[in-house]
Amino acid sequence: MVAVADVGVVVRPRVPRGPSTGSLTRWIVLLLVGAYFLIPLYAAAAFAMETPDGGVSADVFAGIPSQEGFADAFGLSVNLALVTIVITLALMIPTAVYVHLRLPRVQRLFEGITLLPIVIPPVVLIVGVLQVAPGSLKGTPYLLALEYAVLAMPFAYRSLDSGLRALSLKTLVEASTSLGGGWFTTLFRVLLPNLRSAVLSATILTIALVLGEYTMASLDQYETFPVWMVVFSQDDAHVSVAVSLLSLVVVWLLLLGISLIDRRRGRTTTGEP
Amino acid sequence: MAVVLGRLKAFSGLAPFAVYAFVFLGLPVIAIVVGAFTDPATGEFTLGNIQVAASGIYLQGYVTSIELSIVTAVVPGIIGLVVAHVVQTSGSSALRRVVSTASGVFANFGGVQLAFLFIASLGSSGLVVGWLKALGFDPYDHGFSLYTFVGIAIVYMYFQIPLMILVITPALEGLKPAWREAADNLGASGWQYWRMVGGPVLVPSFLGSVLLLFGGAFSAYATTQALTSGSLAITPIQIGGFLNGNVLSGQENVGKALGLGMIVIIAVVMVFYSVLQRRASKWLR
Repeated sequence: MVAVADVGVVVRPRVPRGPSTGSLTRWIVLLLVGAYFLIPLYAAAAFAMETPDGGVSADVFAGIPSQEGFADAFGLSVNLALVTIVITLALMIPTAVYVHLRLPRVQRLFEGITLLPIVIPPVVLIVGVLQVAPGSLKGTPYLLALEYAVLAMPFAYRSLDSGLRALSLKTLVEASTSLGGGWFTTLFRVLLPNLRSAVLSATILTIALVLGEYTMASLDQYETFPVWMVVFSQDDAHVSVAVSLLSLVVVWLLLLGISLIDRRRGRTTTGEP
Repeated sequence: MAVVLGRLKAFSGLAPFAVYAFVFLGLPVIAIVVGAFTDPATGEFTLGNIQVAASGIYLQGYVTSIELSIVTAVVPGIIGLVVAHVVQTSGSSALRRVVSTASGVFANFGGVQLAFLFIASLGSSGLVVGWLKALGFDPYDHGFSLYTFVGIAIVYMYFQIPLMILVITPALEGLKPAWREAADNLGASGWQYWRMVGGPVLVPSFLGSVLLLFGGAFSAYATTQALTSGSLAITPIQIGGFLNGNVLSGQENVGKALGLGMIVIIAVVMVFYSVLQRRASKWLR
């Protein structure tokens, strides 16, 4: 008798969860939110492709590279991105490996320091930077790259940390050293190949950051890609909207790439303890 | 002695990172703190910069900044929670995957590109405004403008809602179905379940996430600057103004005092955030 009653109560909760999440409400919510996210994208595309005579043409996208100032600004942003990536990886990979391996107790402290840039808004940071930087550094746009490496620290650390956690780091390092590998051999020939996807996702996030960073670049008065977009919009808003849309699509594809990598990594590491 | 030397040697591996972080993050912050308390004319200690930063238009700047950040943390916070809940309970794994991927992408997206997207839709000659005009309603005749507080708030939601979905989904997943079943078995209504079980477990996560959203909105500069060219006087824009050279003589260090104020506010918010996170993690394992 008791057993029957038990079965009865276990089955009951499986009925749908009441009227608050009825499927009509659900679809209305998703439809409204979906519209909020998709309409601006559609509007930007339509706005960019609108011609003066009321027609529609995709020529505006083809004309972007030849716009005045575009090549210089985009080139500068790409260079800054490359320098930032080199600094970030050279600094963060050895340190993250070292902390995981030798100083597990300072992991929290290290993580705390890498998260500090979140507490300091870029607009405040650049004020301090321009105060202390010597004239020789202020005269070059690569001061920005040095600071972008700071802004990239939080997510570079997170990518590398989750990559390192998925490895049996100690075993790998011990195997490498017992086969006669030095610190550099271990880092470059054993650990890096295993951290490929973590390094790749840190790199992509850094590229997205540098190509979109406006605050510090504009206040340091260098015409990077986003700064150019704002300046150019005074002349032709259609081109600026087209460039925004295009750069968004590129960044989105990169970020989609990361989430695919993450999913693959998730699948390959779930079997580990 | 040997132990101490060994420790020191172990820590020396941290030196390159520590030096870099100190030079490019620590020194600028020290310069701001010192500058905030320094008289630009005499170089002596003063509270004058702080006093100016905490009064008049600058105090108003903080008020507007905080109001904007509260609105763009709470409203997207609630919308994000509802969307995450709806998606999570839909039982469709395809929907869940699409929403989580899209959120990851949209949450990373702000700055000037976002500003242009909205100029094309809600600007005075934007597409959506055109549709509304065709229906006989011109929002710009009824007090709406993209380049004001309300307009900026609508734009911020574009990255705040996805961020909320990302950070609140793990908390929603932590609500064990067994709790719901137990409540049902004891005869609780849906409302009673949320008021007495689900709600209290979610509250720390929800408040923590809203604080995170607040911090993001509070420090944002690019979107507002690109949209309003600096006419909406929030604190980040005012700080930028000091660098662009709009400075009264004697007030050169007020920008640093404003910056120090921002750091203090975000630091306080983050302390509350970590307290709430610890509370939240009690249930979410």
